Amino acid sequence: MHELPVINSILKVVLKHAHDNHVKQVVAVHLQVGELSDLEDKWMQQYFDHLAKGGIAEGAKLVIERTPVVMQCSACGHRYVADLKKDKKLKCPECASEKNTLVSGREYFIKNLEAI
Amino acid sequence: MTDEIRLIEVKEDILADNTQLAKQLQADLRKEKTFLLNLMASPGAGKTSLVIETIRKLREKLAIGVMEADIDSMVDAEKVAKEGVAAIQIRTGGFCHMDATMVKTGLDAMDTQNLDLVILENVGNLVCPAEFDTGAIKNAMILSVPEGDDKPLKYPLMFTVCHAMVINKIDYLELSDFDLQKCKDHVLKLNPDINIFEVSCRTGEGIDAWVKWLEQEVKAL
Repeated sequence: MHELPVINSILKVVLKHAHDNHVKQVVAVHLQVGELSDLEDKWMQQYFDHLAKGGIAEGAKLVIERTPVVMQCSACGHRYVADLKKDKKLKCPECASEKNTLVSGREYFIKNLEAI
Repeated sequence: MTDEIRLIEVKEDILADNTQLAKQLQADLRKEKTFLLNLMASPGAGKTSLVIETIRKLREKLAIGVMEADIDSMVDAEKVAKEGVAAIQIRTGGFCHMDATMVKTGLDAMDTQNLDLVILENVGNLVCPAEFDTGAIKNAMILSVPEGDDKPLKYPLMFTVCHAMVINKIDYLELSDFDLQKCKDHVLKLNPDINIFEVSCRTGEGIDAWVKWLEQEVKAL
Protein backbone atom coordinates (compact mmCIF):
# COMPACT_ATOMS: atom_id res chain seq x y z
CA MET A 1 0.00 0.00 0.00
CA HIS A 2 1.44 3.37 0.92
CA GLU A 3 4.69 2.32 2.54
CA LEU A 4 6.69 4.02 -0.16
CA PRO A 5 5.28 7.56 0.18
CA VAL A 6 5.21 7.31 3.97
CA ILE A 7 8.77 6.04 4.24
CA ASN A 8 9.89 8.58 1.69
CA SER A 9 8.46 11.37 3.85
CA ILE A 10 10.21 9.93 6.88
CA LEU A 11 13.49 9.72 5.01
CA LYS A 12 13.19 13.32 3.85
CA VAL A 13 12.78 14.54 7.42
CA VAL A 14 15.65 12.34 8.57
CA LEU A 15 17.99 13.64 5.87
CA LYS A 16 17.03 17.25 6.51
CA HIS A 17 17.91 16.96 10.21
CA ALA A 18 21.02 14.92 9.44
CA HIS A 19 22.33 17.59 7.08
CA ASP A 20 21.45 20.42 9.46
CA ASN A 21 23.48 18.67 12.14
CA HIS A 22 26.41 17.79 9.86
CA VAL A 23 25.94 14.08 10.39
CA LYS A 24 28.26 11.59 8.70
CA GLN A 25 26.11 8.55 9.21
CA VAL A 26 22.62 7.98 10.59
CA VAL A 27 22.68 4.87 12.78
CA ALA A 28 19.08 4.68 13.98
CA VAL A 29 15.78 6.50 13.62
CA HIS A 30 13.37 6.45 16.54
CA LEU A 31 9.77 6.59 15.43
CA GLN A 32 6.43 6.64 17.14
CA VAL A 33 3.80 5.11 14.91
CA GLY A 34 0.10 5.14 15.82
CA GLU A 35 -1.68 1.85 16.40
CA LEU A 36 -4.07 2.72 13.57
CA SER A 37 -1.29 2.56 11.02
CA ASP A 38 -1.40 -0.65 9.05
CA LEU A 39 2.29 -0.58 8.23
CA GLU A 40 4.28 -3.54 9.50
CA ASP A 41 7.65 -2.84 11.12
CA LYS A 42 9.43 -5.34 8.90
CA TRP A 43 8.17 -3.76 5.71
CA MET A 44 8.86 -0.24 6.90
CA GLN A 45 12.47 -1.26 7.44
CA GLN A 46 12.72 -2.89 4.02
CA TYR A 47 11.34 0.14 2.23
CA PHE A 48 13.60 2.39 4.26
CA ASP A 49 16.65 0.29 3.33
CA HIS A 50 15.66 0.51 -0.32
CA LEU A 51 15.10 4.28 -0.33
CA ALA A 52 18.08 5.17 1.84
CA LYS A 53 20.57 3.27 -0.30
CA GLY A 54 23.62 5.31 -1.28
CA GLY A 55 22.98 8.12 1.23
CA ILE A 56 24.02 8.94 4.77
CA ALA A 57 20.99 7.12 6.17
CA GLU A 58 21.88 3.85 4.47
CA GLY A 59 21.81 0.99 6.93
CA ALA A 60 20.05 2.96 9.66
CA LYS A 61 17.80 0.93 11.88
CA LEU A 62 14.21 1.98 12.43
CA VAL A 63 13.28 1.71 16.09
CA ILE A 64 9.50 1.73 16.07
CA GLU A 65 7.40 2.35 19.13
CA ARG A 66 3.64 1.96 18.73
CA THR A 67 1.51 4.65 20.27
CA PRO A 68 -2.01 3.86 21.41
CA VAL A 69 -5.27 5.17 20.02
CA VAL A 70 -6.47 7.98 22.25
CA MET A 71 -10.03 9.25 22.11
CA GLN A 72 -11.42 12.38 23.66
CA CYS A 73 -14.90 12.25 25.13
CA SER A 74 -17.15 14.82 23.44
CA ALA A 75 -19.24 15.18 26.60
CA CYS A 76 -16.71 15.68 29.41
CA GLY A 77 -13.40 16.10 27.57
CA HIS A 78 -11.72 13.15 29.28
CA ARG A 79 -9.05 11.41 27.20
CA TYR A 80 -8.81 7.64 27.19
CA VAL A 81 -7.01 4.83 25.38
CA ALA A 82 -9.14 2.72 23.05
CA ASP A 83 -8.71 -0.48 21.10
CA LEU A 84 -10.64 0.04 17.88
CA LYS A 85 -9.93 -3.41 16.52
CA LYS A 86 -11.89 -5.03 19.32
CA ASP A 87 -15.60 -5.31 18.90
CA LYS A 88 -16.47 -3.37 22.00
CA LYS A 89 -18.50 -0.24 22.47
CA LEU A 90 -16.30 2.79 23.09
CA LYS A 91 -17.39 4.45 26.25
CA CYS A 92 -15.84 7.22 28.29
CA PRO A 93 -14.61 5.70 31.57
CA GLU A 94 -15.46 8.94 33.37
CA CYS A 95 -18.97 9.79 32.22
CA ALA A 96 -19.97 6.78 30.08
CA SER A 97 -20.72 8.91 27.02
CA GLU A 98 -20.24 7.12 23.68
CA LYS A 99 -19.53 10.30 21.73
CA ASN A 100 -15.87 10.88 21.06
CA THR A 101 -13.26 12.17 18.66
CA LEU A 102 -9.91 10.70 17.71
CA VAL A 103 -6.97 12.51 19.33
CA SER A 104 -4.06 10.32 18.31
CA GLY A 105 -3.30 6.92 16.89
CA ARG A 106 -2.58 7.66 13.25
CA GLU A 107 0.69 9.57 13.56
CA TYR A 108 4.14 8.92 12.12
CA PHE A 109 6.21 10.87 14.56
CA ILE A 110 9.97 11.02 14.21
CA LYS A 111 11.34 11.39 17.72
CA ASN A 112 15.07 11.52 17.19
CA LEU A 113 18.08 10.17 15.34
CA GLU A 114 21.14 8.35 16.52
CA ALA A 115 23.97 9.53 14.36
CA ILE A 116 27.70 9.78 14.00
CA MET B 1 36.89 14.37 15.79
CA THR B 2 35.46 11.34 17.54
CA ASP B 3 32.93 9.06 16.02
CA GLU B 4 30.66 8.95 19.00
CA ILE B 5 27.01 8.33 18.47
CA ARG B 6 24.93 11.35 19.33
CA LEU B 7 21.21 11.85 19.64
CA ILE B 8 19.54 14.46 17.48
CA GLU B 9 16.07 15.60 18.45
CA VAL B 10 13.66 15.71 15.52
CA LYS B 11 10.10 15.76 16.90
CA GLU B 12 8.31 15.96 13.56
CA ASP B 13 5.14 14.26 12.45
CA ILE B 14 5.28 13.46 8.74
CA LEU B 15 1.55 13.99 8.45
CA ALA B 16 1.77 17.44 10.06
CA ASP B 17 2.45 19.32 6.81
CA ASN B 18 -0.39 17.58 5.08
CA THR B 19 -2.81 18.22 7.95
CA GLN B 20 -1.83 21.88 7.98
CA LEU B 21 -2.37 22.30 4.25
CA ALA B 22 -5.66 20.40 4.46
CA LYS B 23 -6.91 22.79 7.14
CA GLN B 24 -6.00 25.77 4.98
CA LEU B 25 -7.71 24.22 1.98
CA GLN B 26 -10.86 23.59 3.99
CA ALA B 27 -10.92 27.18 5.25
CA ASP B 28 -10.58 28.47 1.66
CA LEU B 29 -13.40 26.21 0.49
CA ARG B 30 -15.67 27.43 3.28
CA LYS B 31 -14.99 31.01 2.29
CA GLU B 32 -15.72 30.21 -1.34
CA LYS B 33 -18.80 28.20 -0.36
CA THR B 34 -17.63 25.20 -2.34
CA PHE B 35 -18.43 21.92 -0.66
CA LEU B 36 -15.75 19.28 -1.16
CA LEU B 37 -16.84 15.71 -0.54
CA ASN B 38 -14.09 13.12 -0.17
CA LEU B 39 -15.53 9.81 -1.31
CA MET B 40 -13.57 6.70 -0.40
CA ALA B 41 -14.07 2.96 -0.92
CA SER B 42 -12.45 -0.26 -2.08
CA PRO B 43 -12.04 -0.88 -5.80
CA GLY B 44 -15.36 -2.02 -7.21
CA ALA B 45 -17.52 -0.84 -4.30
CA GLY B 46 -19.35 1.53 -6.64
CA LYS B 47 -17.71 4.92 -6.26
CA THR B 48 -18.15 5.98 -9.86
CA SER B 49 -21.70 4.57 -9.94
CA LEU B 50 -22.64 6.53 -6.83
CA VAL B 51 -21.04 9.67 -8.24
CA ILE B 52 -23.08 9.31 -11.42
CA GLU B 53 -26.34 8.65 -9.54
CA THR B 54 -25.65 11.65 -7.32
CA ILE B 55 -24.96 13.90 -10.33
CA ARG B 56 -28.20 12.82 -12.00
CA LYS B 57 -30.25 13.73 -8.93
CA LEU B 58 -28.52 16.99 -8.11
CA ARG B 59 -27.27 18.56 -11.34
CA GLU B 60 -30.44 20.67 -11.77
CA LYS B 61 -30.01 22.10 -8.28
CA LEU B 62 -26.27 22.41 -7.79
CA ALA B 63 -23.25 23.24 -9.90
CA ILE B 64 -21.16 20.08 -9.59
CA GLY B 65 -17.57 19.21 -10.38
CA VAL B 66 -15.84 15.87 -10.03
CA MET B 67 -12.20 15.11 -9.34
CA GLU B 68 -11.32 11.54 -10.18
CA ALA B 69 -8.19 10.15 -8.63
CA ASP B 70 -6.66 7.07 -10.12
CA ILE B 71 -3.26 5.55 -10.03
CA ASP B 72 -2.99 5.56 -13.81
CA SER B 73 -6.10 5.80 -15.97
CA MET B 74 -8.70 8.18 -17.38
CA VAL B 75 -11.64 5.76 -17.43
CA ASP B 76 -13.64 7.27 -14.56
CA ALA B 77 -13.33 10.91 -15.64
CA GLU B 78 -14.54 10.01 -19.12
CA LYS B 79 -17.62 8.29 -17.68
CA VAL B 80 -18.42 11.20 -15.41
CA ALA B 81 -17.85 13.86 -18.09
CA LYS B 82 -20.58 12.18 -20.15
CA GLU B 83 -23.02 13.32 -17.44
CA GLY B 84 -22.32 16.89 -18.42
CA VAL B 85 -20.45 18.08 -15.34
CA ALA B 86 -16.93 19.42 -14.98
CA ALA B 87 -14.63 16.45 -14.47
CA ILE B 88 -10.92 16.23 -14.10
CA GLN B 89 -8.71 13.23 -13.67
CA ILE B 90 -5.77 13.25 -11.31
CA ARG B 91 -3.23 10.57 -11.98
CA THR B 92 -1.59 9.88 -8.67
CA GLY B 93 1.29 8.11 -10.41
CA GLY B 94 1.48 5.11 -8.13
CA PHE B 95 0.27 6.86 -4.99
CA CYS B 96 -2.49 4.93 -3.31
CA HIS B 97 -4.26 7.97 -1.88
CA MET B 98 -4.84 11.68 -2.46
CA ASP B 99 -3.08 14.11 -0.18
CA ALA B 100 -3.85 17.78 0.35
CA THR B 101 -1.23 18.93 -2.18
CA MET B 102 -2.74 16.81 -4.94
CA VAL B 103 -6.24 17.99 -4.05
CA LYS B 104 -5.12 21.60 -4.17
CA THR B 105 -3.63 21.06 -7.64
CA GLY B 106 -6.94 19.56 -8.74
CA LEU B 107 -9.05 22.33 -7.25
CA ASP B 108 -6.82 24.99 -8.80
CA ALA B 109 -7.45 23.41 -12.20
CA MET B 110 -11.23 23.66 -11.70
CA ASP B 111 -13.37 26.78 -11.64
CA THR B 112 -14.36 26.14 -8.02
CA GLN B 113 -15.71 29.67 -7.47
CA ASN B 114 -18.69 28.72 -9.60
CA LEU B 115 -19.17 25.25 -8.16
CA ASP B 116 -21.38 24.36 -5.20
CA LEU B 117 -20.19 20.79 -4.87
CA VAL B 118 -16.95 19.07 -5.82
CA ILE B 119 -16.85 15.33 -5.36
CA LEU B 120 -13.39 13.86 -4.94
CA GLU B 121 -13.40 10.21 -5.90
CA ASN B 122 -10.38 9.02 -3.97
CA VAL B 123 -8.16 6.10 -4.98
CA GLY B 124 -9.81 2.73 -4.33
CA ASN B 125 -8.65 1.32 -1.03
CA LEU B 126 -9.72 1.41 2.61
CA VAL B 127 -6.32 2.02 4.17
CA CYS B 128 -4.28 4.96 2.93
CA PRO B 129 -6.99 7.47 1.96
CA ALA B 130 -8.19 7.40 5.58
CA GLU B 131 -4.80 8.54 6.84
CA PHE B 132 -4.37 11.64 4.73
CA ASP B 133 -6.63 14.65 5.23
CA THR B 134 -7.70 16.12 1.91
CA GLY B 135 -9.28 19.37 3.09
CA ALA B 136 -12.76 18.01 2.35
CA ILE B 137 -15.72 19.47 4.21
CA LYS B 138 -17.10 15.96 4.72
CA ASN B 139 -15.76 12.44 4.24
CA ALA B 140 -17.94 9.63 3.01
CA MET B 141 -17.18 5.99 2.31
CA ILE B 142 -18.91 3.18 0.49
CA LEU B 143 -18.94 -0.38 1.71
CA SER B 144 -20.52 -2.80 -0.74
CA VAL B 145 -22.28 -5.97 0.33
CA PRO B 146 -19.92 -8.41 -1.46
CA GLU B 147 -16.97 -7.05 0.56
CA GLY B 148 -18.39 -8.48 3.78
CA ASP B 149 -19.70 -7.08 7.04
CA ASP B 150 -16.38 -7.45 8.88
CA LYS B 151 -14.64 -4.53 7.15
CA PRO B 152 -15.26 -2.06 10.00
CA LEU B 153 -13.22 -4.35 12.26
CA LYS B 154 -10.41 -4.68 9.74
CA TYR B 155 -10.14 -1.03 8.74
CA PRO B 156 -11.37 0.91 11.76
CA LEU B 157 -9.69 4.18 10.83
CA MET B 158 -11.70 4.51 7.62
CA PHE B 159 -14.97 4.17 9.52
CA THR B 160 -13.76 6.55 12.22
CA VAL B 161 -12.91 9.46 9.88
CA CYS B 162 -16.14 9.41 7.84
CA HIS B 163 -19.29 11.47 8.34
CA ALA B 164 -21.34 9.21 6.11
CA MET B 165 -21.27 5.58 5.11
CA VAL B 166 -23.11 4.24 2.10
CA ILE B 167 -23.79 0.51 2.09
CA ASN B 168 -24.07 -0.22 -1.63
CA LYS B 169 -25.35 -3.24 -3.57
CA ILE B 170 -28.09 -4.03 -1.07
CA ASP B 171 -29.84 -5.81 -3.93
CA TYR B 172 -27.25 -8.56 -3.33
CA LEU B 173 -28.12 -9.00 0.32
CA GLU B 174 -30.27 -12.06 -0.25
CA LEU B 175 -27.45 -13.83 -2.04
CA SER B 176 -24.88 -13.18 0.65
CA ASP B 177 -24.33 -13.77 4.35
CA PHE B 178 -23.73 -10.07 4.93
CA ASP B 179 -25.34 -9.17 8.24
CA LEU B 180 -26.58 -5.61 7.79
CA GLN B 181 -27.44 -5.04 11.44
CA LYS B 182 -24.14 -6.45 12.68
CA CYS B 183 -22.24 -4.27 10.24
CA LYS B 184 -24.10 -1.13 11.26
CA ASP B 185 -23.60 -1.95 14.94
CA HIS B 186 -19.83 -2.29 14.43
CA VAL B 187 -19.63 1.03 12.62
CA LEU B 188 -21.76 2.87 15.16
CA LYS B 189 -19.54 1.58 17.94
CA LEU B 190 -16.54 3.15 16.22
CA ASN B 191 -18.34 6.28 15.18
CA PRO B 192 -21.70 7.02 16.83
CA ASP B 193 -22.26 10.18 14.76
CA ILE B 194 -21.93 8.56 11.32
CA ASN B 195 -24.88 8.72 8.91
CA ILE B 196 -25.58 5.36 7.30
CA PHE B 197 -27.38 4.94 3.99
CA GLU B 198 -28.41 1.62 2.47
CA VAL B 199 -28.50 1.88 -1.30
CA SER B 200 -28.33 0.04 -4.57
CA CYS B 201 -26.87 2.06 -7.42
CA ARG B 202 -28.17 -0.64 -9.77
CA THR B 203 -31.84 -0.46 -8.75
CA GLY B 204 -31.79 3.10 -7.43
CA GLU B 205 -33.07 2.01 -4.02
CA GLY B 206 -32.09 4.31 -1.18
CA ILE B 207 -30.30 6.86 -3.37
CA ASP B 208 -32.78 9.61 -2.53
CA ALA B 209 -31.96 9.53 1.19
CA TRP B 210 -28.23 9.79 0.47
CA VAL B 211 -28.74 12.63 -1.99
CA LYS B 212 -31.01 14.46 0.44
CA TRP B 213 -28.35 14.29 3.15
CA LEU B 214 -25.67 15.54 0.78
CA GLU B 215 -27.82 18.38 -0.51
CA GLN B 216 -28.58 19.51 3.03
CA GLU B 217 -24.90 19.43 3.92
CA VAL B 218 -23.98 21.47 0.84
CA LYS B 219 -26.66 24.05 1.61
CA ALA B 220 -25.61 24.26 5.26
CA LEU B 221 -22.06 25.30 4.30
